Amino acid sequence: MNASNNPSTRPQSSNPAPETCLSLENVSISYGNGKNVAVNNVFMEIPKGKVTAFIGPSGCGKSTVLRALNRMNDLIEGCGLTGRVLFDGQDLYDKRVDPVEVRRRIGMVFQKPNPFPKSIYENIAFGARINGYQGDMDELVESSLRKAALWDEAKDKLKESGFSLSGGQQQRLCIARTIAVEPEVILMDEPCSALDPISTLKIEETMHELKKIFTIVIVTHNMQQATRVSDLTGFFNVTDLVDYEGKVGCLEEFGETERIFNSPAQQATQDYVSGRFG
Amino acid sequence: MTTTPITSSGHRPGNTAKSSLHRQPNLPRNRWNAVFTILAGLFAAIVVLPLLLVLAYVVIKGGSSMSLKLLTDLPPAPGMTGGGIGNAIIGTLIVSLIAALIAIPIGVGGGIYLAEYSKSGPFASFVRFGTNVLSGVPSIICGVFVYGLIVATRIFFDQSYSAMAGGIALSVLMLPTIIKTTDEGLKLVPQELRWGAIGVGASKFVTITRITLPTAMKPIATGIVLSIARAAGETAPLIFTALFSPFWPEGLFSPIASMSVLIYNFAIMPYDVQIALAWASSFVLVMMILIMNIFARYLGSLNRI
Repeated sequence: MNASNNPSTRPQSSNPAPETCLSLENVSISYGNGKNVAVNNVFMEIPKGKVTAFIGPSGCGKSTVLRALNRMNDLIEGCGLTGRVLFDGQDLYDKRVDPVEVRRRIGMVFQKPNPFPKSIYENIAFGARINGYQGDMDELVESSLRKAALWDEAKDKLKESGFSLSGGQQQRLCIARTIAVEPEVILMDEPCSALDPISTLKIEETMHELKKIFTIVIVTHNMQQATRVSDLTGFFNVTDLVDYEGKVGCLEEFGETERIFNSPAQQATQDYVSGRFG
Repeated sequence: MTTTPITSSGHRPGNTAKSSLHRQPNLPRNRWNAVFTILAGLFAAIVVLPLLLVLAYVVIKGGSSMSLKLLTDLPPAPGMTGGGIGNAIIGTLIVSLIAALIAIPIGVGGGIYLAEYSKSGPFASFVRFGTNVLSGVPSIICGVFVYGLIVATRIFFDQSYSAMAGGIALSVLMLPTIIKTTDEGLKLVPQELRWGAIGVGASKFVTITRITLPTAMKPIATGIVLSIARAAGETAPLIFTALFSPFWPEGLFSPIASMSVLIYNFAIMPYDVQIALAWASSFVLVMMILIMNIFARYLGSLNRI
């Protein structure tokens, strides 16, 4: 074992840089049993307790990378990954890793609100219950709804169907549902793309509260949103590859949000954040 | 040429230069339109005519003799009067229940495999194709098959014809419908719902049993009810397997009466009493199937939470 991987020798207090939560090492992801490369050679260190945003034009593989972080791509037939994704020092794609366990510690909120066809209460209790939650369920439901800023709107109709809520409320219910499992990381795949501006604002406020407790990774098409919510930004782009037909996604630049938007190192990043393409 | 006014073009010989927008019923296209509308309506009426006639005939012939005694008594011996079809009603219920108990778990399980587990490989396509073929197999062949497999071999406690054999034959008929409706019902469940469950750390088993299957309950339940309704009226498979009995059911491994076989047996007898019982039995059977179909429609219209 490498000495630097041993937690006892890691210089935690002397190092001002935040602890790494997820680390991608030369990750390439392909669909169709390796025929279509979606994203190539991604290196990235996502720090703990921060909000990291992925931006980039359509088809650049940002959602694909996000879904690789909790093995959601396993559900897509013929999707393959090379390289390593380390979470707390463990390779998520190790053969011995149970993807169900991974998803309990790395939760996900999807693009379209997808509440279960159950009551609001049951929507939240479901995940906790299957994870063997032993405590007071009423309390957990209330605290999860409070963290997702939905308690005031939903407290009088916990027994009603999750579908009785508006789109933005449904999405916050999905966030509450994810929080209730008490993961360490929350992945959000364009969580506001199906919502109106006011709901979007509420979700962004929720995220500011959540980042005190969780590490958040968010994919967004909305650059203003990235500047509003994120500490770090990764810009993905599509490029041509030698000896490969078609476009392939890659990580163009990754750094502090402030720097990516104000003084990016790459010309493509500059063009994208100033709205010249994409 | 460019000076020729458009209105003088020769397309509409019947029209004056300034053509009106009013509908002209005598135009050939409007006449043909009317002819085909009437034809289509006529054929549609012919389609529902048999249903209405059969229902009316059965109601008139069978419904007139309805009484509580008829529903609860045993059929009379040939030449005697009175009696009823009580044993056949109970027999049909028992055989259908056996068939449902066998076909529902197997059919729903197979449908779950097709929709949730199979990765569209050759085995899944083979099962789907096989299901389609099975749904086209004539019911009498199911009867002969179960006859050869169970009745002739006396596999159950050395009994030949039995209620159990009848139930098994009907379950073979029910299977394709249940597999197909389960498969298609599960495919209608939005993929995002499965992702949501898996995203909060549910295993595949929990996702299916707690989220996907309850969401698809409506089409699955409808399919099950329809398949039971279809099987309950079958005659051919029961003649070879459950046979008939003029007495009350004696157990699952003895021959048992059923309404469809009672109709088959009694309708050709030279006694008026038996023929009347056959009509009464037809009435009860048709009503039972009608009610199950209406129940299936009701299930289909239910709103989930």
